[in-house]
Amino acid sequence: MEFGPNLILALIEGSVLAAVLTLTAVGLSLVFGVMRVVNVAHGEFYMLGAVLAYVIASMIGGAPAIAFIAALIIAPLLVGCLAALADIVILKRINYDPENTIVATIGILYIIQQITLVTFGPDARPVEAPFNHRLSIPWFEFKDGAWEMYWPWGLGTTSYKLFVIFAAIAIMVALWMFISRTKAGLIMRATQLDRDMAQSFGMPVDRVNALVFGAGAALAALGAVLIVPIQQAHYQMGEEPLLLAFIVVIIGGLGSLPGTIVAAIFIGLSDGIISIFFSPTLAKILSTLLVAFVLIFRPQGLFGKAER
Amino acid sequence: MTDFLNKKPSRRTVLSSIGAGAATATALTAMPGFVRYAQSQSSEPIKIGFQVHRTGIGASYGRWYNRTTEAAVKLINDGGGINGRPVQIVAEDDGTDPKRGAEVIEKFANEHKTDIAFGTLFSHVVFGSAPRAGELKLPYFVVSEGHHVASGKLNRYTVQPGITDVKSQVQAMAPFVAKNLGKKVTMVFPDFAFGHDHRDFFTKAIEEQGGEVLAHIAIPPRESSFTKYMPQIPRETEVLYHVMVGPGVLTFVKELGEFFGSRGPKLFGFIDSLEAVDIGSSGLEFLEGSYFWEGNPRYAQEDQSEFDKAYRAAIGVDANGASVADPKDVSTYAHMFGCWETLHVVKAGMEAASYAGTQDRAKLIEAVEAMTDMPESLAHPQGAKRFNGKTHQVFGHQYISQVKDGKLVRVHTTSIEDTLYPDEVDYTKMSF
Repeated sequence: MEFGPNLILALIEGSVLAAVLTLTAVGLSLVFGVMRVVNVAHGEFYMLGAVLAYVIASMIGGAPAIAFIAALIIAPLLVGCLAALADIVILKRINYDPENTIVATIGILYIIQQITLVTFGPDARPVEAPFNHRLSIPWFEFKDGAWEMYWPWGLGTTSYKLFVIFAAIAIMVALWMFISRTKAGLIMRATQLDRDMAQSFGMPVDRVNALVFGAGAALAALGAVLIVPIQQAHYQMGEEPLLLAFIVVIIGGLGSLPGTIVAAIFIGLSDGIISIFFSPTLAKILSTLLVAFVLIFRPQGLFGKAER
Repeated sequence: MTDFLNKKPSRRTVLSSIGAGAATATALTAMPGFVRYAQSQSSEPIKIGFQVHRTGIGASYGRWYNRTTEAAVKLINDGGGINGRPVQIVAEDDGTDPKRGAEVIEKFANEHKTDIAFGTLFSHVVFGSAPRAGELKLPYFVVSEGHHVASGKLNRYTVQPGITDVKSQVQAMAPFVAKNLGKKVTMVFPDFAFGHDHRDFFTKAIEEQGGEVLAHIAIPPRESSFTKYMPQIPRETEVLYHVMVGPGVLTFVKELGEFFGSRGPKLFGFIDSLEAVDIGSSGLEFLEGSYFWEGNPRYAQEDQSEFDKAYRAAIGVDANGASVADPKDVSTYAHMFGCWETLHVVKAGMEAASYAGTQDRAKLIEAVEAMTDMPESLAHPQGAKRFNGKTHQVFGHQYISQVKDGKLVRVHTTSIEDTLYPDEVDYTKMSF
């Protein structure tokens, strides 16, 4: 394929990755920003979202659209409740001590992954997309002194992939409205700024913690439900998004939501472009290398505030 | 699926059983003249260590390898066992991981004290395990397809008598591809030993047919998204040769269809790209008319042999290659016959060697090495085979099927001669 069509394809593929990555990484960033918890089990909440989407969709059956919408609502809710429970039962008891929470979330990671293996099994299972049409994209070339339209081989996407991109944008807007316009959002921001002060003013910091941990996990699950009609639910699928989410969050600045979004789009698109023009392995190498450089030269991340 | 779970002993039960074992051992030595199975050695079962992909990327193969193995053992035991002794399977999960594979081999040799080791598909696991089996002098019967056995890279104790290797398969496919589909080929394959066998041997085989491979596209085994690799497919490609494994296979084939739409090159795939996947899955309609290599035809063909019929019934596979209990549970039909046939080779080998216990392991290997033609039978339902004792590799018929009305219909059967190539090793010259 020529340069132009290749670039369009790279941008579309990159945008799909960026969309899902934004949801996953914002969940991780939210949890760190408000609770100062590094949630290593985040990828497993993502996986659980995909697996539950399969379970819900196959229980409901019928038209793929109805089953998918049900999964889109129920799976993140269930995952969010489970995460909130994990916060109350485990993380709260160890007082959110940084080292202990890392070890505890590693434990949660293995518990979720192995229980899924035992119950759901080791197979990859598909969820049918509510709609999926192949859309060919035309391209123009200068031929015999005139522009001519043609349909390059391989340049296309599906309606569902475009839906994923728009759904992620809509969810981000909704999240921003929630944080900036509602009272619950205000309490969250207050807790993030100074949790001791917030507690002194009578804010239910414990409940905020459970809510935020649940919401972070639910966002990851939401990303997974969106991706599962493209990929498939599998008990080991949480590992790559966890790594990518950490890359994004470190580059964007831990706890900074705008930074996370910018970094997710940057990593998603650069992954798409480098993958298509060079190789997918090189894309991973470069993004991980970028993390190393960010940690050396700007440890607070591109958008993070330096510790005072 | 619950039967599929490995019950791992807790630390406490392990410790207490070690304690109990030590006590029993002391008690036994204190009783002079006491010998286990004193009456007759023949009542002790023959233990076969079964290395199986219960978890990891090979899990769907593991599930069906397990069912096939159990059905074959039941058949052998119902027929009187081996040398009058029943066969007992000791299964251990290798996690589709080479390091764990080697540990499982050690467990078979040292803890379970099995007579032989058997099983496993993924070539990197075989590569990781075979050296340990050789060191422990444990006969290791692999069902893996990789060319590693016949290449001479392994050892005298590792044999592959129940499934053909990639080199012979692709060599037999190349003439069909060049003649019927096209000569400019692009290959997509997984980036590890098994995929490299495809890359190396098919490239050579198609060149011998006057064709050429335009591009090699290697995909990491745990990749989950594939569209980004596809722009590397050159426009002048006439045939896209694809072989993929792991949990992402359905995504891979779907994205292939979405990439090409209604145009694009002709497709020739190894059924690995769709093993354990229903061809009727949504998004796969574009496969209609495309060709697949099949180790063993998934759909019962019009001229189905009585052996294939009996073999399907024994495992519980219907005429569409899915589980009788759950039509959505599609089998890995093109590969799992290897377990069935290998166990029957083990039986024939042990009988020929008058195998009585672990001291006869070398005799068993020699008896298998002496085998040659294996006619089509209930023991070999996939078809006749020819074993090469020098290279420890079996050769057999290969099948090419075309998707017609959503079903795989066999259109070509290769001869065994099509699959032969000059020996690259003589294991019989190696010492035990």
